[in-house]
Amino acid sequence: MIEGFVRSLSSYSRDIDQLILLVTVLVGFWFVLAEVMFFWLIFHFRAREGVKGQYLTGKEKHVKVWINTPHYFIIACDIVIIVAAIRVWMLIKQTLPPADETVRVVAEQWTWSFQHAGADGAPDTADDIRTTDELRVQVGKTYHFLLESKDVLHSFSVPVFRLKQDAIPGRTITGWFKPTGTGTHDIQCTEICGIGHGVMGARIVIETAEQHAAWVSKNTKLVAAASTTTAADTTAGAPSRAGAN
Amino acid sequence: MAHAHAEPHGTPGHGGHHEQTFFQKYIFSTDHKMIAMQYTFTGLAMGMIGAFMAYVFRMQLAFPGSSVPGFGVVSPGEYNALVTNHGSIMIFWVAMPVLIAGFGNFLIPLMCGCDDMVFPRVNRLSYQLFFLSAVVLVASLFVQGGGFAGAWTAYPPLSAVGKYNLTPLGATLWVIAVALEFVAFLLGGINFITTAMNSRAPGMKAFDVPMVVWMIVIASILFMASVGPLIAGAVMLLFDQTLGTGFFNPGRGGDPILWQHLFWFFGHPEVYVVLLPALGIVADVMAVFARKKLFAYRTTVYTIIATGVLSFFVWAHHQFIAGIDPRMANVFTITTVLISIPIAETCFLYIATLYGGSIRLTTPMLWALAFLAEFLIGGVTGIYLGASGADIYFHDTYFVVAHFHYTFFPIAIIAVFAGLTFWFPKMFGRMMNETLGKIHFWGTIIPFNLIFIPLFILGAAGEHRRIFDYSTFPELARPELQALRIIATVSLLVMLAFQFVFLYNFVRSMIAGPRAEKNPWKSNTLEWTTESPPPHGNWVEMPVVYRGPYEYNHPDRAEDYWPQNEKP
Repeated sequence: MIEGFVRSLSSYSRDIDQLILLVTVLVGFWFVLAEVMFFWLIFHFRAREGVKGQYLTGKEKHVKVWINTPHYFIIACDIVIIVAAIRVWMLIKQTLPPADETVRVVAEQWTWSFQHAGADGAPDTADDIRTTDELRVQVGKTYHFLLESKDVLHSFSVPVFRLKQDAIPGRTITGWFKPTGTGTHDIQCTEICGIGHGVMGARIVIETAEQHAAWVSKNTKLVAAASTTTAADTTAGAPSRAGAN
Repeated sequence: MAHAHAEPHGTPGHGGHHEQTFFQKYIFSTDHKMIAMQYTFTGLAMGMIGAFMAYVFRMQLAFPGSSVPGFGVVSPGEYNALVTNHGSIMIFWVAMPVLIAGFGNFLIPLMCGCDDMVFPRVNRLSYQLFFLSAVVLVASLFVQGGGFAGAWTAYPPLSAVGKYNLTPLGATLWVIAVALEFVAFLLGGINFITTAMNSRAPGMKAFDVPMVVWMIVIASILFMASVGPLIAGAVMLLFDQTLGTGFFNPGRGGDPILWQHLFWFFGHPEVYVVLLPALGIVADVMAVFARKKLFAYRTTVYTIIATGVLSFFVWAHHQFIAGIDPRMANVFTITTVLISIPIAETCFLYIATLYGGSIRLTTPMLWALAFLAEFLIGGVTGIYLGASGADIYFHDTYFVVAHFHYTFFPIAIIAVFAGLTFWFPKMFGRMMNETLGKIHFWGTIIPFNLIFIPLFILGAAGEHRRIFDYSTFPELARPELQALRIIATVSLLVMLAFQFVFLYNFVRSMIAGPRAEKNPWKSNTLEWTTESPPPHGNWVEMPVVYRGPYEYNHPDRAEDYWPQNEKP
C-alpha cells in the first residue's frame, strides 16, 4: 500500500507495510460494515406516515446480541493488531543486529551532519568522512546510527526505510537500518525545529559496493589532504549536495 | 437526591421584574444563559481567527510563495506561527469554550431544572478569565517577533529558548494565555459538577439526566484530573523562558522529554474532554429526531466512563519515537488499542439507537448523523497510529493531521452545529431557516471530506508536518502530490464560503426568524418546558421530574413523546 507512494528500501520496511496492510484490512472491514449498517438504518427507519417508532430500552436480548457479537470480534481483532504491532516494533526499535558500520548523525538548526566511518570501518577515527546534508551508505550492509542534536528536538526520518527517530539534545540515541536497494532519496526532519524546519532536508545515497568503495577512497584522499593543511577542520571534504544528485 | 436550589441571586433583576442596565445584563451578568452566550460568541469569534489562519497556510501550501489575498506573502516564520496558533486556538479557544462552557452553561441548569449555576459569581469569573486569556493570545500575535511559532505542543528546547524559536515574546504570552485558560475552565468545571450533582429538580435521579449533562460532567472531571501536571509544566516552561531555569534544558540537568509527558498526560484526556460533550449533544439530538429511546443509556454512560479512565493511560503513544524507552511503547500500544473496545461499543450503541426509530432528517439531525459517520473515520485511523510499528512511519506525517481533523472537526464543528441548530429556538426564541440550514450542511460536509481525504493520501506518501514549502524535498515536490494539496486548499475555500450561509441564517433568524414555541421539536427534556428564550431564573414554577429523558414512542401513550415533568 505504502509502496505505491514511497519505495521500500530497508530490511524492515516491508514489515511496516505489511502491518499497515493488516490494520487496513481488519479496521476497514469493521468500518465499512458499521457505515453500511448506519446508512441502511437511516434509510430503513426514515419517518413515514402512520408508522410509529419502536420502544426499545436496549435490554432486549434479541437486539443486544447484535451489539455484543461484533464487539467480541473487535476484541479479537485488537489482539491481532497489538501482537503484530509489537512484533514489528521490537524488530525495529528493541533489537540491534550487529553492525557492519556505524554512522554518526548530528542534527542542528537546520542541517544534518553525517560522520561516515571511512576506509577503516570504525567511527571516530582520523579517516572519518564528514558530510553535510548527504548520507552515503552501501546496500546490504547493516548500519548503526548514533543520533544526536546540538540544539532543539529534531527527527531523523528516512521514508524509503520507514525509519523515524527523534534526536534529543544531551543524548545519543542508537538505532539501525539495512538498505536493500540503491537510489537517492529524501531525509526529512519531522519534528518542528524553528524557522528553517521547512528546509531541513538531506539526501541519502544508497550505492552498490563498488560505487561506495570509489566514493570512500576518493574522500579518504581529500580527508588526508585536508588534515595535512588544516589539522583541526575535517569538514571541508564534504561533496556538495548538487554534485551528488 | 435532595433538591437544592442554586444560591439565591444577590443582584437585582431576578425574574426580570427589575430593569437591568446594558452592562449588568450583557457584560457582568451572572446568569448562566448569558455566560453561555458570552462563551459561545467568544469561541465562535476565535473560530473565525483560527479558520482565517487555516486559509492562509493552506493557500501557502497550494501556491507556495504567492501572495495570499488578505495576508500577503507567507514567510517561514509566519507559517510556523500560523500553524501553532491555529491548533492552539481551535482546541483551547473554540472547542473548549463552545462545547464545554457554552453548552454546559446553557444546558446544565435548564436540563436539570434549576434556576442557575450553584456558584453564579464563580461562573462570571470563569468567563472573565477566559476572555482575558483570549485577549492575551490575540495580543501575542502582534508583539515583536510575532506569535509563538513552536507548534501547539510547544516542545522544549524550541519553545523554551528565544534564540531557537525567534518568537520570545510570543512564546511567553502563549504560555500565559494557555495557563489562564486552564484556570478559567477549572472554575467552570467546579460549577458544572456541583450543579449537576446538587441542584437537580425533585424526582430527577442520576439516569434521568440527559446524556449531554452526563457527558459534560464526566468531561469536567477528566479535565480537572488531568490539567494539574500541565499547569505545573506551563509554569516550568515560563520559568525556563523568562528566568533562565533549566527544567527542560539537558545542559543544566533538565530533560526536554519531561515536558512531553506532562503535556500529553493532559493532552490525551483533553481529546475526550471535548469529545464527550459532542457525543452528548449528538445523543440528545438523535433521540429527539429518531423519536427513539437511547439504546442502552446506562451502558453508554459506563462505556464512556471506561473510555475516560483508560484515556489517562495512553498518553505516551504521542511519544513512541520521541526517545522514550522503547519497551514502554509496548505498554502504551496495548492501552491505546484497548481504548477502541469501550469507544467502539459507544459507537455501536449510538448506531443501534436508530434501529426501530422514526427518523426525521432535520438540519440538527443531519449534523448529528454526520458526526457519527465522520467520527468513525477519525476513530479507525487512530488504530494505525496507536499500533507502534505502523506509527514509526506515520508519526508526524499528514496522516496524523488528517486523523485528528477527522476527530476534532466532527467534535468542534459538526457537533457544535448540531447543538446550535437544535437549541437555537431555546436560545433566541426564534426558528432557523431549514433550507439554508441544509445548504450549509452539505456545503460543509462535502468539502470537509475533500480537504482531509487528500491529506490522508499525502501522509501515506510520507509528507511530514509543519513544512511551509515542499520544494526542498524532491519526493514530496512531485506534481501529483502538489495536485492533492491544491484540491485540499480549494475544498477549504469552498467550505469557508459556505459558512457565510450559516452566518446569514444565524443572524437573520435571530432577528427575524419565525417565533419559536416552547417545544418546537416535541422533545422530552426540561429545557423545552419553559419559555423560548427562558426568563431570568428559568421557570416561573420550578419543574418536578417523573421519568427519564428519552421516553419516545412509549407503548402506553398516544403521543410519541412524554415530557419528563408531565404528571403520570
